[in-house]
Amino acid sequence: MEKFEKVTGIAAPMPLVNIDTDMIIPKGFLKTIKRTGLGVHAFDEMRYDRQGNEIPDFVLNKPQYREASILIAGDNFGCGSSREHAPWALADFGIKVIVSTSFADIFYNNSFKNGMLPIVLPQEQVDLLMKDAEKGSNARMTVDLENQEITTSEGETIKFDVDPFKKHCLLEGLDDIGLTLAKAAAIDAFEAKAAQARPWV
Amino acid sequence: MSAPKTLYDKIWDAHVVSEDEDGTCLLYIDRHLVHEVTSPQAFEGLRMAGRKVHAPEKTIAVPDHNVPTTTDRASGVIENEESRIQVEALDKNAKEFGVNYYPVNDVRQGIVHIVGPEQGWTLPGMTVVCGDSHTATHGAFGALAHGIGTSEVEHVLATQTLIQKKSKNMKVEITGHLRPGVTAKDITLSVIGATGTGGGTGHVIEYCGEAIRDLSMEGRMTVCNMAIEGGARAGLIAPDEKTFEYVKGRAHAPKGAQWEAALNWWKTLYTDEGAHFDKVVTIKGEDIEPVVTWGTSPEDVLPISGVVPAPEDFTGGKVEAAKRSLDYMGLKPGTKLTDIKIDVVFIGSCTNGRIEDLRAAAEVLKGRKMAPGVRGMVVPGSGLVRAQAEEEGLDKIFLDAGFEWRMAGCSMCLAMNPDQLAEGERCASTSNRNFEGRQGYKGRTHLMSPQMAAAAAVTGHLTDVREMMELEDA
Repeated sequence: MEKFEKVTGIAAPMPLVNIDTDMIIPKGFLKTIKRTGLGVHAFDEMRYDRQGNEIPDFVLNKPQYREASILIAGDNFGCGSSREHAPWALADFGIKVIVSTSFADIFYNNSFKNGMLPIVLPQEQVDLLMKDAEKGSNARMTVDLENQEITTSEGETIKFDVDPFKKHCLLEGLDDIGLTLAKAAAIDAFEAKAAQARPWV
Repeated sequence: MSAPKTLYDKIWDAHVVSEDEDGTCLLYIDRHLVHEVTSPQAFEGLRMAGRKVHAPEKTIAVPDHNVPTTTDRASGVIENEESRIQVEALDKNAKEFGVNYYPVNDVRQGIVHIVGPEQGWTLPGMTVVCGDSHTATHGAFGALAHGIGTSEVEHVLATQTLIQKKSKNMKVEITGHLRPGVTAKDITLSVIGATGTGGGTGHVIEYCGEAIRDLSMEGRMTVCNMAIEGGARAGLIAPDEKTFEYVKGRAHAPKGAQWEAALNWWKTLYTDEGAHFDKVVTIKGEDIEPVVTWGTSPEDVLPISGVVPAPEDFTGGKVEAAKRSLDYMGLKPGTKLTDIKIDVVFIGSCTNGRIEDLRAAAEVLKGRKMAPGVRGMVVPGSGLVRAQAEEEGLDKIFLDAGFEWRMAGCSMCLAMNPDQLAEGERCASTSNRNFEGRQGYKGRTHLMSPQMAAAAAVTGHLTDVREMMELEDA
């Protein structure tokens, strides 16, 4: 996985609450057997009409937000299914950071596995960032994971929390499986013990 | 004496392989269920890294999301090329990596969350994962079960573990008894209606109370299935005699001395008196009515006696969301829910595709016909559910009423196969999500119980099934 660097970019406002994974990537695109190439279909049914034409009103179709790398989103972002196609699509579009008052658990985890940083902030701070994002392409935010702070286009800084282990993995671009396989002895020991205690498993 | 523990605490503690200082744990996974949509990239990842499946004997694969449900599928050809490629990829991966597999033409094939319990793979006290959010279903057995993404699928395939931090404990108690015509589906929808789709985020829910104890295993699976719609990755119900009875004798359930040993442990799987819950929700069973959803979020739940709400009835971000939902659903505030006409009825899914669900729908449909112009589809949750229903003559009731009687699969619950709503069509559905486009582009979904869906099929509009039951009683 690529290391997560400091992100400076355009933030797109998506204030709608409960943006679900079916909205982020409709099921028609789950039939792929690859991880790549889904960015063009991110938010497909909100972004294009049935003929495949862009819907001009949709935020990521507006000229000032086409290059967005940050999403400021409404509450409970990513609710619904476990499809990792949702973060794959967003990452492939170029999104690196998503800020909301809350995320669905599975989506939240899936994001980290794909080099994306979901940030949870209180309502007032999300509102402030939403206002900043609404200014368009001249308003660039910076997200600094190392120091856990967001700097708005006005130079205001907002601190955020992140799980230390997840932060470490993002910063170093670490592969979870490699980390876990280093604990193979502990897994073997657990299995030997469990085979005694619960042989029916 | 150690501190009192919740059911979740007990199962968690029994599966911790290692714990880091910050509380990050390596959790051992007893059962890994796999389907064709969220696994191809994971198997490909193993292949690229030259890794094997750590415990193929604990891994169970079955195609369900993409498979056609028409009876001619036995001939083996899936017309949609992408769907065919995914199913073929699972065939190939299952064989190459040596995992347990139920191919499309096996009578045991079905929706992964119906097959697991049916075959006795799912047992109390286990950790169960699958690249599918409705893995929560298995919590009905007192198993810690939740959905994972494809990266985690690969992680479990390679290591039989997951990196996790413990969730919080949430208790949802349904006291007293349900009234006639009220079902497990009404419980689970009512809970989501009360707590919202984010109400359980960060928590594992334990459902308890007399009304939950009263439920059959099928009903308990329906309740736990939709824990995820309330934001909780997992829902749990403590195992009891009903659970043990259901499990006993199934293909992969323990036998003989192992059965006795298992039973001894399973009987310790309950929340201790005085254990701590971070959040508690209590609902009176008597207060629950048959419900339907009116909007595009599973939290948009109302009793069937209600009317379509107005955006102003809400606050905050939900005002805009409600406006958008009403527009999408083509509904006007103030309309009686029972005045909403439907085009399609879908009975099936991992929420309501078990034998008891089909019996309940058939009970309402017996001797009745679907309203003119309504299209109805019954999709059993597995080949074995289908066979059982046919043995009981339920297929005849559905066919006589005008329904299509289909083969097993996920079907119109997420409409990845050809079973889809046309633009603007409105569906009374026993599935679990009413999201925009879920059952087909611009399709409109109202979630409800099998009984309620059957009642809507007969009248052609959303209907309080209790009125039909009263007619029968009279």
